[in-house]
Amino acid sequence: MSTATLTAKDFATDQDVRWCPGCGDYSILKQVHTILPQLGIARENIVFISGIGCSSRFPYYTETFGMHSIHGRATAIASGLKASRPELSVWIVTGDGDGLSIGGNHTIHLLRRNFDVNVLLFNNQIYGLTKGQYSPTSEENKVTKSTPYGSVDHPFNPISLALGAEATFVARSMDRDPAHLQSMLLASYKHKGSSFLEIYQNCNIFNDGAFEIFTEKASKKQETLMMIHGQPLRFGENNEKGIRLDGMKPQVVTIGEQYSTDDLMVHDETDLNKAWIVARMFDDVHHENHLPRPFGIFYRGERACYEDVMQKQIDDVLTKKGVGNLDKLLAGNEVWEIH
Amino acid sequence: MSTSETLVPLEQVVIKFAGDSGDGMQLTGTQFTNTAALFGNDLGTFPDFPAEIRAPQGTTAGVSGYQLHFGSTEIYTPGDMCDVLVVMNAAALKMNLKQLKRGGIIIANIAGFDAKNLRLANVESNQLEDNSLDGYEVYKVDVTKLTRDAIADLTLGTKEKDRCKNMFVLGFLYWMFDRDMQTSINFLNEKFSKKTEILEANLRVLKAGYAYGETTETFSTRFKVEKAKMPAGKYRNIMGNQALALGIVAASHQSGLPVFLGSYPITPASDVLHELAKYKNFNIRTFQAEDEIAGICSAIGASFGGQIGLTTTSGPGMALKTEAMGLAVMLEVPLVICNIQRAGPSTGMPTKTEQADLLQAYYGRNGECPIPVIAAQSPSDCFRAAFEACKIAVQHMTPVILLSDGYIANGAEPWRYPVTNQLEKIEKKFAAPSEHGEKFMPYARDEKLSRPWAVPGTKGLEHRIGGLEKQNITGNISYDAANHEQMVKLREEKVEKIADYLPEQKIDSGKDSGKVLVLGWGGTYGALKAAVKECIAEGMDVSHTHIRYIKPFPKNLEALMKRFDKVLIPEINNGQLIRIIRDRYLIPAIPFNKIQGVPFMKGELVEKIKEVYNTK
Repeated sequence: MSTATLTAKDFATDQDVRWCPGCGDYSILKQVHTILPQLGIARENIVFISGIGCSSRFPYYTETFGMHSIHGRATAIASGLKASRPELSVWIVTGDGDGLSIGGNHTIHLLRRNFDVNVLLFNNQIYGLTKGQYSPTSEENKVTKSTPYGSVDHPFNPISLALGAEATFVARSMDRDPAHLQSMLLASYKHKGSSFLEIYQNCNIFNDGAFEIFTEKASKKQETLMMIHGQPLRFGENNEKGIRLDGMKPQVVTIGEQYSTDDLMVHDETDLNKAWIVARMFDDVHHENHLPRPFGIFYRGERACYEDVMQKQIDDVLTKKGVGNLDKLLAGNEVWEIH
Repeated sequence: MSTSETLVPLEQVVIKFAGDSGDGMQLTGTQFTNTAALFGNDLGTFPDFPAEIRAPQGTTAGVSGYQLHFGSTEIYTPGDMCDVLVVMNAAALKMNLKQLKRGGIIIANIAGFDAKNLRLANVESNQLEDNSLDGYEVYKVDVTKLTRDAIADLTLGTKEKDRCKNMFVLGFLYWMFDRDMQTSINFLNEKFSKKTEILEANLRVLKAGYAYGETTETFSTRFKVEKAKMPAGKYRNIMGNQALALGIVAASHQSGLPVFLGSYPITPASDVLHELAKYKNFNIRTFQAEDEIAGICSAIGASFGGQIGLTTTSGPGMALKTEAMGLAVMLEVPLVICNIQRAGPSTGMPTKTEQADLLQAYYGRNGECPIPVIAAQSPSDCFRAAFEACKIAVQHMTPVILLSDGYIANGAEPWRYPVTNQLEKIEKKFAAPSEHGEKFMPYARDEKLSRPWAVPGTKGLEHRIGGLEKQNITGNISYDAANHEQMVKLREEKVEKIADYLPEQKIDSGKDSGKVLVLGWGGTYGALKAAVKECIAEGMDVSHTHIRYIKPFPKNLEALMKRFDKVLIPEINNGQLIRIIRDRYLIPAIPFNKIQGVPFMKGELVEKIKEVYNTK
């Protein structure tokens, strides 16, 4: 089968998809299947690796090579696969529990090593598969089965975590915006290095509406900030508002009163300092005068990939020493003979 | 050479070098070992050092020792008691005197017995002066002063000069045992090729130590240990972890498969990582992972990708890898897990040896989770054991646990190393797409009951596997009751079936049947062999067999054991193999256990064998 003729259907498997009806995972699966044929890669050269959780069922529904592994370890397994088989296109599907709690350690180390892989982190701010405990991204005071009086944990900001872990591509999207999600998936794929894509995903059973304010028509334009590289940061019903920097501090301004678009912060994906500013726009939406939540690419930088440096080291040694001679190695440097 | 001296021939000698952990005793020991090996002696060594890198100077906690047993006869152990004890300070003497034979030689650095050192060692009086060493032959040498004198004109600081004093000891012992210094001279030339003054200092002190023996009249006796009569062939000296690494390289070579090592540093396993990291031109990739779990998981990723996945660790790391081992059992991919055992539980005694992780390897996972277990029995045997582990993993599509231990990992012995064309090929089989376009079945099985290895990149074999229970043959997720039971049995049967491809268990020493069978596994091999040989020489009807394949056992093991009246199972643990043997074969095996972080001594084994032998 030539890759040119592949369609989304070719990436569906014969397995029944068993997420709860209405789950945000369906949309994410659909967008992934939509973009895969556009990559021009044969199915056999793509591998999806997941951990444990609702999102981690993903590989069973995608007609490529795949592994549904153990809790939190998809990133570690993918590291070994990519290091040993750099030519494969490796995708990691994980969630807020899998990737940020039990597997948090592997996630940060994968990002700092900058393997050329794509991390899709489905964030629903809840533990779905274990039926409704709070997660490391749940808001403070969250009442769940394990926190009847409210959670006393402070949540992670996954974007800040990824930037702090030296990720070279950090982006956020959502299940309810197919076009945006597709463009972020494609950008993740195109980036050479570890791509960290946080996807807001609604769990309609245990945490329904967690991201409603960002995804529903009535509030979306007021509450979300769609970042576009090289463009001023604007939002609002008619794009009438913008983000201006007061020193290092972002503030919401209305265009046309005191400020014009020239006064707005211009988004630059390649500027790490600016990335930190937008990453920290993570206010509790219940607070008055909260900032809008940014979506899009926060940061995109260049750094050598682990597997390439590893390969170069091997090639250099091979050039210098030639292919190893096992007999010489077994004999070592000091040999004696008994007759 | 002074004319009055005598050259006493000896069959075998045990020397122990002991000093502060900063005194360079490990280096002194390995240098003497290499020289003895190159000369043609058979030998066994036992490095014994504290876990702390620089334990408090001068204290008993900081004593580092290196025991070497070499001879013109076959040597199986590092020796029970020492003939010669070299001590660099009072603490070293205090800790090691009980291991010196009555009448043995003590060579003491008197600078290590000053008031400060005595206080640090917490001893009331100076044993070198108080007649308590009367039964021994004591040589008091001011090593520190003689070292400083030999290099007085060099501009090095006193600290750097004092660091050379182990070379004085080494030079002196070379004189005492009539050895050539060239091996160590070559070593120093290479080690300090870029530090000319330090090189000069070490060379001078080494020669000064030798000359001291030659010119000082105090010493009139030298010893001569002739070459050992070993089987003809080419030999080298090797340590266990080194041999293990070479076994992996050889398995890669003989299978044509790349090796990927995912590992997290841990004593005493780190040297395997260090070794393999050097072999980048041998199709080996090494990955120092962020933790033990990532070590094994990255290796599983590589196994899935069509390579030999390898992870190396010690007991605490095994505990962390447990869940991932279960995944490898479900995925049925070739993976080798090396546990260089140390004394536990928990952090235990990191630098001390033990065989107490056998039950962990055998049973220690959730669910019915069979993994083949094989054990290495001596430093050089780590090569063969590692090779075998890879072979079983690849040919039976299974994770394999390889058990070594701190004693054989760090111990050294001469090795009649193989040449490549003596090694068998490891056949591998990657799945290919069906010619008739039938759907690929990832859990269909062959005559070994192993499933196909279908690696990413192979067109038409796209499939998904994972830790959830699978439907037989298709590999689809299945919670079906009967299917689960069938899969559990299939996985167990697959591992048991490996026995069809294993060599039969053989008697190592002694007759094929008789009164007492001494049955061991792992690093106790040398001590058991030496003890049983001694018993046989005394006319006792005793035999020794040593198990490499612990899961599955060789098929004839039961019949072999039942040809003896009694089976004695000595282990460096609280009784682990014996539980498996009793459980499986219902024989009243007799335990003999030592759990002190050190190997068996031949003497205590002989005593136990006699007790068992003479009990009705």
